[in-house]
Amino acid sequence: MNALGRSCCFWLSAPVLGALFLWAIQGLPAFGDYQGPYGDVLNAVGVGERHTTDIPTAINFDYRGFDTMGEEYILFASVAGVALLLRRAEQPPALRDTKASEGVRWVTPALLATTLVFGVYVVLHGAISPGGGFQGGVVLATALILVYFATGYRQFMGLAPAHRWEAIDALGAGSYAMIGLAMLCAGGKFLENLLPLGTAGKLLSAGTVPLISIAVGCEVMAGFVVLFVEFLKALHDVPEEQS
Amino acid sequence: MIQLPYWIAAWLLLMGLYGMVTSRNWLHMVICLTVVQSSTYMVLLSVGYRTDAGPPIFNEVPVGTPAVDPVVQTLCLTDIVVGATTTALLLAIAVQVFRQRGTLDPAALRPMRNSGPQQQQE
Repeated sequence: MNALGRSCCFWLSAPVLGALFLWAIQGLPAFGDYQGPYGDVLNAVGVGERHTTDIPTAINFDYRGFDTMGEEYILFASVAGVALLLRRAEQPPALRDTKASEGVRWVTPALLATTLVFGVYVVLHGAISPGGGFQGGVVLATALILVYFATGYRQFMGLAPAHRWEAIDALGAGSYAMIGLAMLCAGGKFLENLLPLGTAGKLLSAGTVPLISIAVGCEVMAGFVVLFVEFLKALHDVPEEQS
Repeated sequence: MIQLPYWIAAWLLLMGLYGMVTSRNWLHMVICLTVVQSSTYMVLLSVGYRTDAGPPIFNEVPVGTPAVDPVVQTLCLTDIVVGATTTALLLAIAVQVFRQRGTLDPAALRPMRNSGPQQQQE
């Protein structure tokens, strides 16, 4: 099918789809008029049952913990897939190197310190305020990309070889399942929150929620760094004139 | 007018699809896919919204304060994570396609059969 045929198909079917949307949206409850019981139930019981003041984190790492484990393994599998697709059987030596300007090298350490502290804060306070392992992990990965900006390609690959991040990635993914199994061994159900719950709103509270948050934070951070390193390698083994 | 967020979601979906249909580059197509996906964020967050309610976080407000639905927010988080990782995977496939064929134009890549001899003719 050529470009014209594709366009014709789109313009024939898009109005039909639009009309279906029109029909469907007419039948929805008005915006801002939330009816469903589940959100209200969780908002009412979350703090009392799990001592977690951030209800979305309580759902993510406790009420719905098993699903989040699946979500984490989607991340793990696609990082493995990217590595599998991009890696060459024999990695050719890097043909290009990057060098940071003087200004970038001076500014980055200050940014790096704030980003690292903020990332760790977001991971650890997932049960209390907005945040958690996924969000904090991405912030931490950004911090490591800042290291790349400051050091340049060859030095960064020496500092942070992919195999080390793969190990952290696997450790994070594995600990999630291990926390679940530990609860099973302690006599509960898989991923049941059996640890002492502490006082709601304190750093050491909410039982397994902060532990799972840290495991997910490690996995997300390392996963995104592996993605970044693989794409960097694919970029830097191409000669200058081809890119 | 009251249903505006749902209309924005429908608009994002249709515009993303239009971009994918007319795309001349795989990277552009992957970005269009993320536009399509962002319509799902709009739907999820709109469904759980309640007028004049706060966030579902009871750190500084007592339990029982009107709050929006936390379940759809969690689903949206899952959506974003899965979206980011599938985008990475699609971009890796694009890099591999460019290595093998030297182009990312979908029109030039269309034959999905064994293209060994054909490639030599080109």
